[in-house]
Amino acid sequence: MPEEKKDECCCGGTILVFPCSGAADVGAIADQVGRKMTREGLGKMYCLAGVGGHVSGIVETTKGADEVITIDGCPIACATKAVEHIGITPKSFEVTKMGFEKGKSPVTEEAINKVFSEIKSML
Amino acid sequence: MKIEILGTGCPKCKKTLENVQKAVKDLKIEAEIVKVEKIDDIMKYGVMITPALAINGEVKVAGKIPSPEQIAEWVKTAN
Repeated sequence: MPEEKKDECCCGGTILVFPCSGAADVGAIADQVGRKMTREGLGKMYCLAGVGGHVSGIVETTKGADEVITIDGCPIACATKAVEHIGITPKSFEVTKMGFEKGKSPVTEEAINKVFSEIKSML
Repeated sequence: MKIEILGTGCPKCKKTLENVQKAVKDLKIEAEIVKVEKIDDIMKYGVMITPALAINGEVKVAGKIPSPEQIAEWVKTAN
């Protein structure tokens, strides 16, 4: 058990996922895809609000990650811009580039799975 | 001044502690050095990768071992 704890402790292999989680339907899809990526082990969804709020632990954890992925709902790209504010260049994805239109894309399992699969294939 | 090393006890966390101790000794200052080893306590800082270092409650680095020189700079700024 102590050895397992050491492995938990640090360091390397950390992929953080920041969906925009915006108010629009495509933001909600991005949010659900981020959560699915966490469940499926493709990365760990993390708190974009903490980045924007300059919460030091969240900012420094983001800077220390091996890879940062953003999932924006639309071209406004709030998640990507928020992460760029702290000097990180993320690997960026956008839901509206995957065949979805803002305001006309209900948050369905089908939509979540489609975006998830597209991102997965590009990682 | 309170300096906290966040980590569950891996070699990198121990190295970070050594570097903190060296920085404090070189600067000849008084500082409370605290090891935060429980995952739940570490998570309260929003930190998900370790080692991490906080000075007076502000996280300065996560996922890297800071050098004694870097720690000294942070300490001077925090004073």
